[in-house]
Amino acid sequence: MEYNQRKLLFEPIVDNNPITLQILGICSALAVTTKLAPAITMSIALTAVLVGSSVIISLIRQHMPSSIRIIIQMTIIASLVIVVDEVLKAFAWELSKQLSVFVGLIITNCIVLGRAEAFASKNPPWPSFLDALGHGLGYSLILVSVATIRELLGSGSLLGVQLLPLVEDGGWYVPNGLMLLAPGAFFIIGLMIWGLRTWRTQQVERAEYRIRVVHRTDAG
Amino acid sequence: MSTDLLAPVRARFDLPNEDPRKIFAVAVALCLVCSVLVTATAVTLRPLQERNAAQALRREVVQVSGLGGRGMDLDAAFRQIETRLVDLDSGELVEAADPDTYSYRDAGNDPARSSALVEDPAGIRRRPDLMPVYLVRQQGRLRRVILPVYGQGLWSTMHGLLAVAPDGRTAKALTFYEQRETAGLGSEVASRKWLGQWTGKTLIAPDGEPVIAVAKGNVEPASPNADRRVDGLSGATLTSNGVTNLMQFWLGERGYGPFLARLNAL
Repeated sequence: MEYNQRKLLFEPIVDNNPITLQILGICSALAVTTKLAPAITMSIALTAVLVGSSVIISLIRQHMPSSIRIIIQMTIIASLVIVVDEVLKAFAWELSKQLSVFVGLIITNCIVLGRAEAFASKNPPWPSFLDALGHGLGYSLILVSVATIRELLGSGSLLGVQLLPLVEDGGWYVPNGLMLLAPGAFFIIGLMIWGLRTWRTQQVERAEYRIRVVHRTDAG
Repeated sequence: MSTDLLAPVRARFDLPNEDPRKIFAVAVALCLVCSVLVTATAVTLRPLQERNAAQALRREVVQVSGLGGRGMDLDAAFRQIETRLVDLDSGELVEAADPDTYSYRDAGNDPARSSALVEDPAGIRRRPDLMPVYLVRQQGRLRRVILPVYGQGLWSTMHGLLAVAPDGRTAKALTFYEQRETAGLGSEVASRKWLGQWTGKTLIAPDGEPVIAVAKGNVEPASPNADRRVDGLSGATLTSNGVTNLMQFWLGERGYGPFLARLNAL
């Protein structure tokens, strides 16, 4: 089978983005994007787990009994998540505290299991690696963009550096508290999806049904 | 030789994927590999993680000690603080163990070094016989004592540090450095803003009874109890109650009560 490597890597970044097109991984996109630093850490953690699990699953795909394949994939993903969590606790203690349960919840992230089941279990390691990396980068792009907007508007800072002086510290910027709450992320992601689908009209889903006039009774 | 030993294993993996023997072999092999991977990571990284946890605790201690100003070196500040062990029943400082390596969590799980609680408002089941305390002295005079406190919130055991004035009755500062309460509601228990209210509150009445409590709703500044109540956490009644209960326990007779009562002798 021929693989278009460029397409495997770059298609998930804009044209088939896991968050904005597949609408997966929304929970963590809401939860860890109030500040930029945890969003970047989460992006790296998810990409590492996604790439690792995809390559491993692809390597053993010939020996995976289909009756237990989902539990095999979950076991591999869960083990990698624990490893990532332990590494964060050892080398990035403060960030791992901020991320709390969300690193553990990568196990339930549909993007990871989705790529394992839909791609890695049917394709050789190198294309699986590219596919996983592309999806990881697509997820990271959205997370980092959302976090940049939320931290800048919600706290007036980026990566903890105060850019807009706050009123409470004698500056001029009144922080937008909505950006720090989950609905703020919903609005941003919704607007992003809207913008993306206006730009790339092929991403617009076909309507499942249309309301048509089939019968009319004229009163009177 | 080695190929002979591996031959039965290889034979298993040569079976068709849907053969039950193969399914079993794959499952066992996967579990072995994954458990080795997870265990190896946990064991090799443990020392680093423990160092991080100890460092984080020291940072919290310095923060409630009132010593660590801006730009102050953490280790330098922590060296000014004296770590001691207190026997909770007698309220005396003891030299029974090395206070720097003593873990009240390990002691609380060890029946030989803890006692089971009959009345257990904090929800901790067993209470360690010894607890570490941190004495903050300046110019030879005791300024604060820092007491580790912990108890059950809604979801998690909340671990905190309570700094008490030398009178043994007034709060100086409080922090909760480990909790997993509901994000955005109960987790406000660790916010600077809420913890800031504790400064100056009366913890213990002159008769030795713990009186501090988290109120339901906001505290009316004019009310006669205002000096012994802090605002409730909105949307987190059970977390608020958890804080009240753990304070009642740790400041009481079974907690630091006897130690605080003899504080002026230090």
